[in-house]
Amino acid sequence: MSRISKVFQSLKAQGEGALVGYVTAGDPEPKLTPIIAEALVKGGVDILELGIPFSDPIADGPTIQAASVRALQAGTTPKMVLEMVGEIKNQRDVPVAILTYYNPVFRMGLDKFFGLAKSSGVDGVIVADLPVEEAADYKEAAETCGVDTIFLAAPSTSAARLQRIVESTSGFLYLVSHFGVTGEQAAMEHSTIQLIQRVLPVTRGRVPLAVGFGISKPEHVKAVIGAGADGAIVGSAFVNIVSRCRSNVHQMLNEIEKTACKLKESAKQHNA
Amino acid sequence: MKSDKMRKLSSYPVEGKFGKYGGRFVPEILMSAIKELEEAYVEAREDPSFKKQLKYYLSEYAGRPTPLYYAENFTRKLGGAKIYLKREDLAHGGAHKINNTLGQALLAKRMGKTRVIAETGAGQHGVATAMACAALGLKAEVYMGAEDMKRQRLNVFRMRLLNAEVHPVESGSKTLKDSINEAMRDWVTNLKSTYYLIGSVVGPHPYPMMVRDFQSVIGCELREQFLQKEQRLPDALVACVGGGSNAIGTFYPFEDCPEVQLYGVEAAGQGIESGKHSASLGAGAEGVFHGMLTYVLQDNEGQILNTHSVSAGLDYPGVGPEHSFLKTLQRAEYATATDEEAVNAFCTLSREEGIVPALESAHALAFAMKLAPKMRRDQAIVVTLSGRGDKDVEVVADFLGVKI
Repeated sequence: MSRISKVFQSLKAQGEGALVGYVTAGDPEPKLTPIIAEALVKGGVDILELGIPFSDPIADGPTIQAASVRALQAGTTPKMVLEMVGEIKNQRDVPVAILTYYNPVFRMGLDKFFGLAKSSGVDGVIVADLPVEEAADYKEAAETCGVDTIFLAAPSTSAARLQRIVESTSGFLYLVSHFGVTGEQAAMEHSTIQLIQRVLPVTRGRVPLAVGFGISKPEHVKAVIGAGADGAIVGSAFVNIVSRCRSNVHQMLNEIEKTACKLKESAKQHNA
Repeated sequence: MKSDKMRKLSSYPVEGKFGKYGGRFVPEILMSAIKELEEAYVEAREDPSFKKQLKYYLSEYAGRPTPLYYAENFTRKLGGAKIYLKREDLAHGGAHKINNTLGQALLAKRMGKTRVIAETGAGQHGVATAMACAALGLKAEVYMGAEDMKRQRLNVFRMRLLNAEVHPVESGSKTLKDSINEAMRDWVTNLKSTYYLIGSVVGPHPYPMMVRDFQSVIGCELREQFLQKEQRLPDALVACVGGGSNAIGTFYPFEDCPEVQLYGVEAAGQGIESGKHSASLGAGAEGVFHGMLTYVLQDNEGQILNTHSVSAGLDYPGVGPEHSFLKTLQRAEYATATDEEAVNAFCTLSREEGIVPALESAHALAFAMKLAPKMRRDQAIVVTLSGRGDKDVEVVADFLGVKI
């Protein structure tokens, strides 16, 4: 079993949901990413998700688009992001997943990308624009290196496709909570709960289920974990802190840690 | 199954791919929508009533067929092969874009979609979308880069006159590629009600196939017209390539006629070596962008580059996957023309024939001006004049340093 799956499993045994925390690597500058990662983990993030910035992030809302622009302007490259994972792993024993669009991976070459991922200790990879149909070579390269391939499912995914995606995914299944792009939301749509209930019978006993896109507040985390999901993925809420406090790193780290702590508390309390 | 060597080029795409190019590299959330679209299109394509409807609008509304004009003065000036112009500039709206927007808008209506979104660079596709939607009673919303909106104020007003809503795009480089990104973001958010009307042979399958089919009316007409005039096929076809829809529309009915040379002309901008150009096939590398595997202008890390061309319609860092396929097979040859060469061709055709070509089409003319003198007088070239140049008069005056 992969490290990512093990974390989900042991949290479940304790009656907790997992908190997956995302930031765009290299935002606002590459040297801060390991420090930000440390704050996330200290606050209670169970699995780190690091984004490789891409020039044309079509699945992302304004928050992560802006973070990508800052990271690219700071000179962040895919290779640097993979190497950062090594640095993070030296500090903390935390599973790390990389989130990217396909072109940076394609450009580097699958074998080189996964070779570097493996040597840096990357546990899983999520590619926002690579559906299972196009992923045969990618999956093979990842499996050779023992890296999880985390696929996404969405509200528009049919029952037949969902089966196929669940068969292809490893580590966990990334469920997109609603029709739309990434970004903070004031309230969670009720349809998200129904979606989780539709997907759970397919994932149960096979792969952990984590829900992302628009999950930004403790009550959202509580709701998705309460509905039976194994984890909640929070991205834009952290990225917004990075953006807001980028001239005051001390405050940034403080707020990230506090926010992660509150979110994690909600992931624990779902049975209460 | 036929081996790939036996397969006719016109039978592609196979399972959404032209050889290895094309495909569906999109977020999972869009997969159901592009499959629904493919099913709806394949069904419509076979339906005589859909064909009849499209034919009606193409002739009665868009003014097809467009003429194939023998440019005698231009030919004489160049002193080589005869040059014919396929006059897409005479189609409604002043460009070939209407062929595609009518087809897709009819499809959107058939699918029961009430809202149509589109991206636009220079505004030509936005205008053509607004026209087709107005004619068919659909609501059109167009994404346009804030930078492009400044450069093409007139087209913004034109779209609004045609009852379309224009949304400025402030992300990224604020040009065409960013308006496609923004349209895709809209689409994932409003999947059920909304039809995304892409303006070129780009994007995930089925768009490159579908847009090609709608644009191939150009090549089908010119084939018949040329046969009638010359009782044979032309020796060469020349068309400009941004995303590549007028070129594929021109080439497609001739892909399996090896005696016809196919030339696509990309924008070399200020010169390939300057880095300020839009020659994806000429200077790009294979990549995955906007849902397709194709040639892309990108840096060593796989980040998409900004492009440059004096003609906004060619200003795109990717290219239709079928062009990548034809290039790799060496079935078509891809050349470039610089801003300066295009402006020169723009002025030459205006002077010699009284036809002001779009700056995009002027790239094709610039290449034809080099090609014709190398060919015999009994040979013939057809250049697709993809649009008229009224929209470019200001840009050309500016380029020439003339105050108007």
